[in-house]
Amino acid sequence: MTAYIVRRLLATIPVMVVVALFVFLLLHLTPGDPAAVIAGDDASPAEVEGIRRKLGLDLAIWQQFLIYAGNLLRGDLGTSIFSNLPVLTLVKQRLEPSLVLAVSTLVIAIALAVPMGVLAAWKARSWIDRVVMGFSVLGFAVPVFLIGYLLIYVFAIELRWLPVQGYRPLAQGIEQTARSILLPAIALSMVYMALIARMTRASMLEVLSEDYIRTAHSKGVATVVVLLRHALKNAAIPIVTVIGIGLTLLISGVVITETVFNIPGLGRLTVDAILKRDYPIIQGLIILFAGAKVLVNLLIDISYVFFDPRIRY
Amino acid sequence: MLTRAKNPQLWLATAVLAVAAVLGSQVALAQQKEKVLRAAMHADVRTVDPFWTTQTIAAIHGLMVYDTLFSSDINLEPKPQMVESWTVSPDRKVYTFKLRDGLKFHDGTAVTSKDVVASMNRWGKRDGAGKQLMGYTKSLTARDAKTFEWVLTEPFGLLIDILAKTGTSIPFVMREKEAMVDAFTQIQEVVGSGPFMFKRDEWVPGSKTVYVKFKDYVPRKEPASGHAGGKVVKVDRVEFIWLSDTQTAQSALVAGEIDYLENPAIDFLPILKSTAGIKLEAHKAMGTMGILQLNHLHPPFNNVKARQAMYYLINNADYLNTIAADEGLQTLCFSYFGCGVSMETDAGSEPYKGAKSVAKAEQLFKEAGYKGEPITILQATDHQYITPANLVMIQQLRKASFLKLDVQAMDWGSVVSRRAKKEAPAQGGWNIFITGTTVVTSSSPITHTSIGMGCDKAWFGWPCDKRFEDLRQEWAFAPDLATRKKLAVELSRRAYDQVPYISFAQWRNPVAFRSDRLSGVQTMPSVPPMWNIEKK
Repeated sequence: MTAYIVRRLLATIPVMVVVALFVFLLLHLTPGDPAAVIAGDDASPAEVEGIRRKLGLDLAIWQQFLIYAGNLLRGDLGTSIFSNLPVLTLVKQRLEPSLVLAVSTLVIAIALAVPMGVLAAWKARSWIDRVVMGFSVLGFAVPVFLIGYLLIYVFAIELRWLPVQGYRPLAQGIEQTARSILLPAIALSMVYMALIARMTRASMLEVLSEDYIRTAHSKGVATVVVLLRHALKNAAIPIVTVIGIGLTLLISGVVITETVFNIPGLGRLTVDAILKRDYPIIQGLIILFAGAKVLVNLLIDISYVFFDPRIRY
Repeated sequence: MLTRAKNPQLWLATAVLAVAAVLGSQVALAQQKEKVLRAAMHADVRTVDPFWTTQTIAAIHGLMVYDTLFSSDINLEPKPQMVESWTVSPDRKVYTFKLRDGLKFHDGTAVTSKDVVASMNRWGKRDGAGKQLMGYTKSLTARDAKTFEWVLTEPFGLLIDILAKTGTSIPFVMREKEAMVDAFTQIQEVVGSGPFMFKRDEWVPGSKTVYVKFKDYVPRKEPASGHAGGKVVKVDRVEFIWLSDTQTAQSALVAGEIDYLENPAIDFLPILKSTAGIKLEAHKAMGTMGILQLNHLHPPFNNVKARQAMYYLINNADYLNTIAADEGLQTLCFSYFGCGVSMETDAGSEPYKGAKSVAKAEQLFKEAGYKGEPITILQATDHQYITPANLVMIQQLRKASFLKLDVQAMDWGSVVSRRAKKEAPAQGGWNIFITGTTVVTSSSPITHTSIGMGCDKAWFGWPCDKRFEDLRQEWAFAPDLATRKKLAVELSRRAYDQVPYISFAQWRNPVAFRSDRLSGVQTMPSVPPMWNIEKK
């Protein structure tokens, strides 16, 4: 197992190199000029050129890449072109809101979607199944921002139970944080719930038709035990896989949710940086996101061992 | 012995005292509680150097932290701010200024003439009007700690007006240390002498910018008026909260989570208007002017007739009805220098004010030698008003079936990059893009960058007309307002004749604030003052 983990970790190095190269080229070959954005609309072409020179954006692409790669090797993700702050500082400022939002979303989604999927499979083709599947279709179909606006209108504007926007850090107390994160987490978890509920139902349906489940029932084992201990554990691998795949979905969803609910997280940092062409931030964030994705995939692969003892690495 | 256990009255008295003490302490706490003004501005403070960029948000940040030598009052008249008194020599070439007492930077050091001189030199390297002023500057020297002298080569009449300008880049006074930093390099430390101090440790770019009251600031004695007068700070702290989503921003104001929304989306104004406790206010010169920029380097718009033809296709009212549906916000303005300002004039616009005529436009395009080559339009798809304006323009131009349009959709960031290309449209250049400017920037032929026709030195589009540039210079040297107004008429005629760009509308963007909590809010075009605001 240890050898496997080390091998996988070493394999991430070429992946990250390719990501770094790809992101750099993609950004520098797409239209857009941070110097023009910085200079502002009233600046003259000469002003824009002056800023471009100062930022080193007038250098050849290969020269810019060498500087970037050299910094990266030293663990330096660069400095924001606009705020002049190190990318790592900006990431640190934004990490907590994004992590809290992602974890809350994950908890809400798994806590609700797995039972919903189990229930739908157990009561397949009943009204319960239809309600759960109907909810799943809605979860997939309705855009996150629309759910966000609806939640804001009902719970923040009309009922005044929760804030419209903003994030309260954990340092201000868990209750404040929970109040600020609840609506965004619900909005973001909808699509995730839909995905997990559907996968749980499909996977459970397959397992529930197995002989050993029929045997368990005929032995008089309680339904709950059959469902949770015998069926769910064996249906878990596809569910865990889809939760992992869904993390990518979570990253893209975070971007929209953080914008709608004004959460100062990594998603908004990404969007703002793209709109402003703040290359160092975009490059740094994509490398971090790619690293996180590789790590999550590894954790999921390792988790298979716990669900299926037959799997050995 | 009298004990509480035995005496219920004593128990009662103790309980009453305890309750009173708790209530009292809560009142005291409430009194001690900081007064925080939460404002959502039109953009996020990403750059703390107000000379490094012409973005308006940098000027707003600058006005919080730094002070200015002169400021514009509510009527846009220049008034002294850091300056106590000044004299002008009879030949109008030598200005001697004296700073007022009590001016201090946030680090406690006194503001001196050396700081002023260094700051003006740095600003003059970046700002358009500043560069002009510096072009006529023979010397700028500190005579003593409080006196400095500005010697001009010519009697440039706009010195005070430019020092009091309200649009970017405002000539702020920094410490000499920061002002000596290269004008193209962003300063690191933000230490001004303005009414608010920047809290760098609480700054989260893309989210929140925090300012606290500078307790040692000595305001002028005059009442606050626009950017001029006494900058009396009546809150402890101002937080600029960046709300990029316009829907969320208006919801936050309605729910009372913010007190002030600088730039509410025009679509939401009816909701805000009908919400109790919210007020909308706009300065008479507040607003935006649409610019349909034409590229003068390439056919067909390198020919003046093709540029004039565009006026026969563009209907201002359509833009206004799309961008600012509320008629109260619209101004059908035909003045290149904006309406509601002292230089307002529609001279030269007469031929274009009537009904639109595709036939007339076609005739002019033919005379310009147009042979059906594609007209490349850079269509921004992610901008609050440029995006709808683009759609209106494309619809209007499609009515002229003789024009072959090549509409290229892209984000605004790509437009600002692409517009700098001087190559022919087929080689990555362009023919048309839409942008806008503020009325206050347009109100002076000198600060109005996009109207300049200085060929290679001109703004994107590179219009070229010596006569117009000569008139601009003449305007800058005009000794009084009456002469400037007269010259503005001539400039306007020449502009309508040469068509540097098509000016398509003027609309106002009011600010929205919680009137049930705030008092003393003053509106100013472009850069709102945040002092003098009291919060209940």
